[in-house]
Amino acid sequence: MSEPEVGPYPPPSLEPTPGVTPSQTVGPYFAFGLTDPWEEREDAVEPYHADAIEVFGHVVDGRGDPIPDALIETWQADPNGRFDHPDDPRGAQPFEGFRGFGRSGTDNEGRWRVRTLKPGRLPAADNGEQLQAPHLLVTVMARGMLRQITTRIYFGDEAEANATDPVLRSLPDDARETLIAEPVDGRGYRFDIHLQGEHETAFFEL
Amino acid sequence: MAELQLPTYPDIPAGEDPSNFPEYRSTKYRFPRRPLFHLPQGIGEVTGPLLGEDRVGPHDHDLTAHGHGEPIGERIIVHGRLLDSGGRPIPGQLIEIWQANSCGRYIHKVDQHPAPLDPNFTGVGRCLTDGEGRWRFVTIKPGAYPWGNHHNAWRPNHIHFSLMGRAVPQRLVTQMYFPGDPLFFQDPIFNAVADEQARNRMISSFDLDETVPDWALAYKWDIVLRGPDATHIETAEEHG
Repeated sequence: MSEPEVGPYPPPSLEPTPGVTPSQTVGPYFAFGLTDPWEEREDAVEPYHADAIEVFGHVVDGRGDPIPDALIETWQADPNGRFDHPDDPRGAQPFEGFRGFGRSGTDNEGRWRVRTLKPGRLPAADNGEQLQAPHLLVTVMARGMLRQITTRIYFGDEAEANATDPVLRSLPDDARETLIAEPVDGRGYRFDIHLQGEHETAFFEL
Repeated sequence: MAELQLPTYPDIPAGEDPSNFPEYRSTKYRFPRRPLFHLPQGIGEVTGPLLGEDRVGPHDHDLTAHGHGEPIGERIIVHGRLLDSGGRPIPGQLIEIWQANSCGRYIHKVDQHPAPLDPNFTGVGRCLTDGEGRWRFVTIKPGAYPWGNHHNAWRPNHIHFSLMGRAVPQRLVTQMYFPGDPLFFQDPIFNAVADEQARNRMISSFDLDETVPDWALAYKWDIVLRGPDATHIETAEEHG
């Protein structure tokens, strides 16, 4: 095999291909393959970083029961609103001790947690002047889910930025409220994910 | 700030992978009932974690090399290419796999199937795609196992695959199946993909060319992730 090169993407097409490979459930047993072998390495920031925050919560099903076999992944900008990624059109920019990606399985009580840094603000997708409020992009997978779903986590102590965020503003009030993580003294931010039911989290088509 | 020129990832074709599928009973309380909201694809959506070389050790791709002796079962080679829907290879990508052992038992503590664990087989592997998007694992053919979904329900032989992709819309967790499995017809997870051609894209093919004589049979499986729409990726500089 030849050495991988992660350069600009995409390179030119070589040949036509059939459609995309379909999604399947992560199943109940992903932990030994995706989370356990990595131990603390899936935290987005080094463990003792002075500015580290925890974002944590429960994953709950349509009956209100906690889901013990869900997988949460987060992706986000660094505190300067940048990405260490060649496809960021502003140029890749590393942020020491941080890599933007968090991954957590839920425990028997349906709890997940990611240690990270609070992200900076981003330009809006439509290239307008309005900045987006700080947020995490979240992928949720679980046994019983045939495909992953996407949501966003905003921060309850960013009321001013949240009030002008173009994505939050596009949502009805009851959906918008489900995307705000509440600050918890000394612990970070709590964000519960309801896959279904009265408090169903707002999920996105991506 | 320079004007942002972003690729966009086209929507997944409707109907290929539903979130609600009553035959797979566990979906019932775990799919959103409210229609999904539109999320414009911005910088955060067209980037994603690049989990590179530092994560992969020299034997991580060989699941038969993780114990103190040879695992029990049929040794196989599983290989293929990682492409996007534009036919472009995706290099430098971390592929993570997990699977049952040859008896159909996972090492996970919740697995109650009364089949033996294999002390020489964890069922976990990972590798990086090379410059042409190629990947390769050496492993043991996983066994079928019963589960509680319906009367006499058995999962077909399968290996779980996790692909991060270059960008969040390419993220894919799926399962690779084996050709001619007699259990396909009764498996609601496999059959949740309504389109027959799409469903068949999850089945590997027997590959005599890669079979190693006197040692292991081989299966080939190309994985295709959503690709960016090529008409949207030209930058302002390229237009002069």
